[in-house]
Amino acid sequence: MNDLHLWILPIIPFAGFLVNGLLGRRAPKPVVTAVALIGSLLPALWVSNLVVRFGSLTLPHVETYGTWIVSGAFHANFSFQLDQLTLVMLCVVTGVGFLIHVYSVGYMADEEGYWRFFAYMNLFLFFMLTLVLAENFLLMFVGWEGVGLASYLLIGFYYNRDSAANAGKKAFIVNRIGDFGFLIAMFLLIAHFGTLNFGSIFDTVATHPEWQGAGFLTAIALFLVLGATGKSAQIPLYVWLPDAMEGPTPVSALIHAATMVTAGVYMIARAHVLFDFSPVALMTVAIIGTATAFFAATIGMMQTDIKRVLAYSTVSQLGYMFLGCGVAAYSAGVFHLVTHAFFKALLFLAAGSVIHALSGQQDMRVMGGLRKKIPVTFWTMTAAVFAISGFPPLAGFVSKDEILYQAFIAPNGGKILWAIGLLTAGLTSFYMFRLWYMTFFGESRKAAEEDHGAAVHARSDTKLVLEADPHGGQGHAHGVHESPKVMLIPLIILAILSVIGGWMGWPEALGGGNWFAHFLAPVAALPQAPTGDRQVEILLAILSTLVALTGWFVAHYMYYMKPGTADRLAKQMRGLYALIANKYWIDELYGAVIVAPVLFLARWILGVLIDRAVIDGGGIVAGATAQGFGALVARIQSGNIRSYAGWLALFAALLLAGAYFGWIAHFVPR
Amino acid sequence: MVPIAWYLVLSAILFSIGVAAFLIKRNIISVFMSIELMLNAVNLTFVAFAHMWHQVSGQIFVFFVMVVAAAEAAVGLAIIIAIFRARNTLNVDQVDLMKL
Repeated sequence: MNDLHLWILPIIPFAGFLVNGLLGRRAPKPVVTAVALIGSLLPALWVSNLVVRFGSLTLPHVETYGTWIVSGAFHANFSFQLDQLTLVMLCVVTGVGFLIHVYSVGYMADEEGYWRFFAYMNLFLFFMLTLVLAENFLLMFVGWEGVGLASYLLIGFYYNRDSAANAGKKAFIVNRIGDFGFLIAMFLLIAHFGTLNFGSIFDTVATHPEWQGAGFLTAIALFLVLGATGKSAQIPLYVWLPDAMEGPTPVSALIHAATMVTAGVYMIARAHVLFDFSPVALMTVAIIGTATAFFAATIGMMQTDIKRVLAYSTVSQLGYMFLGCGVAAYSAGVFHLVTHAFFKALLFLAAGSVIHALSGQQDMRVMGGLRKKIPVTFWTMTAAVFAISGFPPLAGFVSKDEILYQAFIAPNGGKILWAIGLLTAGLTSFYMFRLWYMTFFGESRKAAEEDHGAAVHARSDTKLVLEADPHGGQGHAHGVHESPKVMLIPLIILAILSVIGGWMGWPEALGGGNWFAHFLAPVAALPQAPTGDRQVEILLAILSTLVALTGWFVAHYMYYMKPGTADRLAKQMRGLYALIANKYWIDELYGAVIVAPVLFLARWILGVLIDRAVIDGGGIVAGATAQGFGALVARIQSGNIRSYAGWLALFAALLLAGAYFGWIAHFVPR
Repeated sequence: MVPIAWYLVLSAILFSIGVAAFLIKRNIISVFMSIELMLNAVNLTFVAFAHMWHQVSGQIFVFFVMVVAAAEAAVGLAIIIAIFRARNTLNVDQVDLMKL
């Protein structure tokens, strides 16, 4: 049954990682490029082969390559599985992954550590493919941890910059909290099912309708949600993602927008049987998702760093996916995952192109008027902005609307979730057009002045490594310039996908077939999905389009017609502005409530009290005891032969007496 | 036939004299001789038991003890001469350099 050779998919990027990681330092650049591109292209081709053969398969297709762990009745295999959900994820990971690899060839061309970057990227692909292909929770966890590792390495790519190193550590540690949840969930699964295989667990659950709402299933699902909030940057663990923007922009696009952060959504969709049985966990997912979507969108409105706007936008969109999963519309959540992968990857890559054009400038306040100077970037970015804002018929409209509609028809307070989701859609539209106007319209603000000499200065705080490269200035010193073709082609492809990508899930109410939902139905649909009114769906679609238009109009007014409006508003509502501009002081709150006590515990309780006083003190006391006792006993060695003889005689006599009276008989082994 | 106890009592008396002399005497040669006395007290025990049990191994053991004692005497006398040459004394109380 191993005729699909799924193992090829992760092995190829891993080979690419090994080659580039071990030999890349000395290899010439074209070789590194070729290895990295082959390492990402071949899996993509293999996936397209799978797509072609998909129709003739019996699903789910499971391939087992060997036994990993056997412990009593518990088995864990190296086994991969292919079903509709996996195939969707494979297409996204390898497709977008390959495009971003191509883009990176141009973007990273002048960077120190080119080989290191591509080695890590291939390593990421390896782990991500393991994650989505895994047939049991344990192997999935390997991929889960592995992508965390790759993410850490790539966030800290500019390791000589303190902020990047710290951001990497923050991402890793925050994710560790989520992983704790995942681990506990796995322990509970082993305790209750004795296995971690997807198939056997889900089948067992499905055949026990009486478990509906059972406490242990709810506990497992809630711990899985904790894991998902870590990886997918949801409240309360979202804080690492904005900081992760310290990594190179293609990394932000691939790992922190399109693929890795969606692992949580994938995991929930994969384990949806467990969630179907625990309404509490589902509700938690929906509430977390909605709250995160709204919360992150408000922060995104105030950010000035182009990548940070996109980061908060990613958090917000992931919230939508959680909302979709939380109202048991898993295919809607996964559909948004797919379209989001297209347009958010595009947004990041286009932002990278802007940053590249401005020689490393990321502050939107000094951008502007770039529309004519970098037209391809502008047009592709425009497609992405319209897509994410939810204008029909672009991808974001279709998937976001599907989620909002499913929320609307969901029982138990779905209308409230829908209302907040709709408001968030307006905010999304607003902050995306704010970004659009600030970057591409108006006068060329400071960017114009920095065309020449000052550009070097602007670069120094963002692309430090590039700065150190003597060739880095070549081609950059001529001011604003369009990116090379190798960067533009992926942009164009992603722009096309952002426009048409949604059509595969075009809702039936609007005359489509919603092919995507039908495709995923065998793995993600509920037996009794709630159905709604066609008119309602059309009405909701019109409403959300109007909301998106409103967001656009407000942004148009504030940043195009009357550019000073934003500052005036900020002055009028100083308290609110300060609250949001400082990201609700969440980082500070976590710092005070969690980090400071942990540091206190580590430094004073564990460091001083336990380590210095107890452990070190114990050593000192033990040493001193031995020394003191030794000093005492050393007096016996007087050098006087007759005193030795006396001791000898004394103890011989004692021994004799002991033997005679039977005192020592108990201590002598018989 | 002399009872075994007599041999053993004699042996114990000889051994005790040896121990006492070892502890009391200051002259190295006297100490040395007291060691020989203890060894031979043990030898007497061996022989007595060998006679009692009609076993030859006790007798053989005595030969070994004698051989070892002879070797020990050779080495010990050599050490005594060396000490006397170096320190010009045979008093064990004055030979106490080996201490902390």
